[in-house]
Amino acid sequence: MGNASSMLTQYDIEEVQEHCDNLFSQQEIVSLYHRFCQLDRSAKGFISADEFLSVPEFALNPLSQRLLKMVDGLNFKDFVAFLSAFSTKAIIFKVYDSDCNGEVSFKDILEVLRDLIGSFMSDKQREILCNSSLKMEVEVPVD
Amino acid sequence: MNTRDLKLSSELDLDRPNPEDYLPSGSIPESHPKLRLSDLLDISPALTEAAGAIVDDSFTRCFKSNPPEPWNWNVYLFPLWCCGVVIRYGILFPVSVLVLTIGWIIFLLCYIPVHFLLKGNEKLRKRLERCLVELICSFFVASWTGVVKYHGPRPSRRPQQVFVANHTSMIDFIILEQMTAFSVIMQKHPGWVGLVQSTILESVGCIWFNRTEAKDREIVARKLRAHVQGADNNPLLIFPEGTCVNNHYTVMFKKGAFELGCTVCPIAIKYNKIFVDAFWNSRKQSFSTHLLQLMTSWAVVCDVWYLEPQTLRPGETPIEFAERVRDIITARAGLKKVPWDGYLKYSRPNPKFTERKQQIFAESVMQHLEERSKQIRR
Repeated sequence: MGNASSMLTQYDIEEVQEHCDNLFSQQEIVSLYHRFCQLDRSAKGFISADEFLSVPEFALNPLSQRLLKMVDGLNFKDFVAFLSAFSTKAIIFKVYDSDCNGEVSFKDILEVLRDLIGSFMSDKQREILCNSSLKMEVEVPVD
Repeated sequence: MNTRDLKLSSELDLDRPNPEDYLPSGSIPESHPKLRLSDLLDISPALTEAAGAIVDDSFTRCFKSNPPEPWNWNVYLFPLWCCGVVIRYGILFPVSVLVLTIGWIIFLLCYIPVHFLLKGNEKLRKRLERCLVELICSFFVASWTGVVKYHGPRPSRRPQQVFVANHTSMIDFIILEQMTAFSVIMQKHPGWVGLVQSTILESVGCIWFNRTEAKDREIVARKLRAHVQGADNNPLLIFPEGTCVNNHYTVMFKKGAFELGCTVCPIAIKYNKIFVDAFWNSRKQSFSTHLLQLMTSWAVVCDVWYLEPQTLRPGETPIEFAERVRDIITARAGLKKVPWDGYLKYSRPNPKFTERKQQIFAESVMQHLEERSKQIRR
């Protein structure tokens, strides 16, 4: 793709579309490109963590730090691929699996709960919560 | 959760949550009789919100300068456009510079004697200086071929009142000042603007502040109160947004102007974008470049509405008062409201907003647990 400030050609758009498995239409990719250039203020070709955090709605989200690890420093093609992942439940697994070992352990669930609940429940309460809900319901939806 | 639901809209999508929807209920799980592991693990509302924010958010939209659509893209329109450029840069611009230079000469020739020779006669000196400041502002407006339509009763000089207006650029101040000599509260700027601020604007009475100094707020609040009490002072003009916004939206008003215990007179300003985009994107251009851009465009056309004075209603907090006045100004100028603080341009949001979300989620989880344990006990 080259420098983010250059214009998108038809080839570029099709390449990006292929990369995200045709999830987005060409018009949507053009809109995303405008957005990418808007966020990438210094036209480096990628968006830094700081520039993501300058969007207050994103900075307020309890899961922002986890998402930031996944999206930091991506070029436009990978940025679109990242966004396309939100249409499947697979992204939930990726967010939970912060140590990227392909498994979601009890510890991982506890950590995500800590991000979502913050200091409003103690560690002990969170553990009890996890244990009791694991016991309560064996049903885990399989997509 | 569908990616199609993410708002991939262009700048035309102006529908955004009200302040009441600031913490949208989608970010907390709905009430279920059974708390299943899937509910606990389903972070999709929070993820959808985050993805939505990455793709488009109402805050960044406020500060986007939308370039006009190019209309000169074919063989016969292009020469026409070139003629336009020649006229604008070759004729209009020199005339503007001439008008401005004449204005400054006249102004300085009158101001310097008045300022130094009439030191004894304060009242007369102040009155003359006010007229001269109004004069130089008229010259500025003329130099941009400004066409300003004022609606509503002109501001009166009464004690215990402040004027508030929406903010698009520093020229808002000049446009309002040519009609009435306001005192203004401003951020100190560097360069020639700072020089003008410290010499000429001092004569109409200005209050300086520094955005970055936290302690500064109390000092400024005190100065504001003192100014408003003084009977001889010029009426005070405040831009409660605290920063320049692109004249399509208004950001949240700071409550400082609304807790002074006096009448607030709203002023709405709307620029006509056909002629020039008057938004001063201070991150992208200096004020001098901005002025040059205005002088080389066809005209600066705007409407100014002086609206009905408002007072704090019984039982209303200053923040509610500020929001009410913001509603009035936004409705009059045909803008849209966004629930963000303008200063987020320079800093991160307060972590207490994230904590509030966490608190809501924690409370709902606790509630489910209690209901669940009650069910088990039965």
